[in-house]
Amino acid sequence: MSELIINYADSGEEMTLNMGPQHPSTHGVIRFIVKTDGEIMSSAEPDVGYLHRAIEHIAEKCTYEGFMPYTDRVDYVCAMTANHAWAAAVEKLAGLEVPPRGEWLRIISDELDRISSHCIALGAMAMDIGAITPFPYALREREYINDLLEMLCGNRLTYNYHRVGGVGWDMPEGWRDKVLRFLDHFEPTIDEFNRLITNNDIFVARLANMAPISGSDAIAYGLGGPNLRASGIDYDLRRDAPYSLYSQCKFNVPIGAGAMGAVGDSWDRFWCRVEEWRESVKITRQALDEIEKTPKGEFWIHPKKLKPKGDAMARVEAARGEMSCYVVGDGSANAFRARFRTGSFNAMQVIREKSKGLMVADLVALIASLDVVAPEIDR
Amino acid sequence: MDARAIFDRVAAQFGDAVYDYKPGVVGNDKTNKGFINRDNEFKCKAERLVEVMTFLRDDAELRMDFLMCLTGVDYIKEKLLQSVYHLFSYPLRHQICVKVDLPRDKPEVPSVVGVWITADWNEREQYDLLGIIYTGHPDLRRLLMPDDWVGHPMRKDYKEAEMYRDMPTSRYSPLEMLSVYDKAHVQVSTDPNVPGGRKAVAPEETND
Repeated sequence: MSELIINYADSGEEMTLNMGPQHPSTHGVIRFIVKTDGEIMSSAEPDVGYLHRAIEHIAEKCTYEGFMPYTDRVDYVCAMTANHAWAAAVEKLAGLEVPPRGEWLRIISDELDRISSHCIALGAMAMDIGAITPFPYALREREYINDLLEMLCGNRLTYNYHRVGGVGWDMPEGWRDKVLRFLDHFEPTIDEFNRLITNNDIFVARLANMAPISGSDAIAYGLGGPNLRASGIDYDLRRDAPYSLYSQCKFNVPIGAGAMGAVGDSWDRFWCRVEEWRESVKITRQALDEIEKTPKGEFWIHPKKLKPKGDAMARVEAARGEMSCYVVGDGSANAFRARFRTGSFNAMQVIREKSKGLMVADLVALIASLDVVAPEIDR
Repeated sequence: MDARAIFDRVAAQFGDAVYDYKPGVVGNDKTNKGFINRDNEFKCKAERLVEVMTFLRDDAELRMDFLMCLTGVDYIKEKLLQSVYHLFSYPLRHQICVKVDLPRDKPEVPSVVGVWITADWNEREQYDLLGIIYTGHPDLRRLLMPDDWVGHPMRKDYKEAEMYRDMPTSRYSPLEMLSVYDKAHVQVSTDPNVPGGRKAVAPEETND
């Protein structure tokens, strides 16, 4: 892609512009080659690969357990689910069991991290289109979660908490009460957040009917998670293909209905994430109840001689859509091949298609509404 | 529909173009020393892949409308490159894995972009990293590596070129550099009382 940064077409007014890679609203290092006539784009071609760190290749170089810290870097905004995807895939490959306390700790940490990831997604989306205030409101809540997860595993961003066969540490003394206190505090702030931005007239006018993605398009492009459900597809891996112990949790799945405009528009995607906050709170509460019934200390069965041979694929509901991990083992201590299928990677392909006819300023909102994170695209 | 029935339905339509159905194995079986597949899978011949995939997507009882994952694997010992497709049906909630074996010296497989649009970038990535040629792909360029990169880095026999655009692709290991500069002054000690496991020794006297 060696086009000039600004290039006027011979006929007409269309010009080629370069957006990124170091553009603050691309949520990482992504470059777009935008063809535009005035404010209206005729195409925005994503150019990715600036953050390619060959994580899948690193997986072939370290042991199954040694690779766990690297999975944090697949998606650093929601690292817990990436941990979970790798652990689940390797456990399936080796036929391992996880003790119930380990599963509940996984669910609690997953859901807390999902809340924190949506805090970033929603706050940053509002900020990208000009509303500064919601960002610190969302980030304030995220700080509490970072503190809680730091008490749990010692890290604030790249957790390295899940293990093959369980989780790394049991919850510390008094941690359960702290999480419950946080949830009590957090639930009312969702309504506050809605009053602040979600139902704000200017915000709604800006996002409603913008870049709607139909249900069939969402499936064809392989969208997942909130992006898929905003398009009206009633599917959630946690409910419909339950992994871990999600089958014992009761929660609703918010589906986009086009309350402010068309089904699957950018506002629906925003709203779906806000509602997922509530569901994550519900799931966390149930998990905190259930974990009391499990014996303390039994959170990890350390696998001995982890040298599986075969292939397995595990699917996990991550914050940015379905994250599946395909692992091939050849009977040695290292993976023979690992592949992460991530939500952002597939969401990027929609941008090229949906950007046709959009305003340049709306491209920023579209990227933010799909909640793409650059390291997850490039890995 | 369970996986066996899916395979039977495809096999009834396409005969021996699909073969080698294997049910997924659950649990830890120590006696099984072979390659254990954990997902239900069957293999498909490369030349009829698009027909089979279109049937899987459009048939009223299969309706595999979602390509979950597309992976390439380099089985260098078997001299195979494998293109692995994980399919899922949103309306019917069943899934299957389809594998296509390709000869390593001519890894060409028809592109399924016409069946699932999401295959576009997935195929480009596998082409980039593993060099599988997806024939009929509308825009088969590198995705993650630079356009002028040589070779496909995820191949098992890949050797990185020493220079890329006049930049070295490797650097000296700091430990090797230590041995260059300080070999005479520092030597590794196994004495636990020496901090860092190293102790300074006097450089050898030279005659010049």
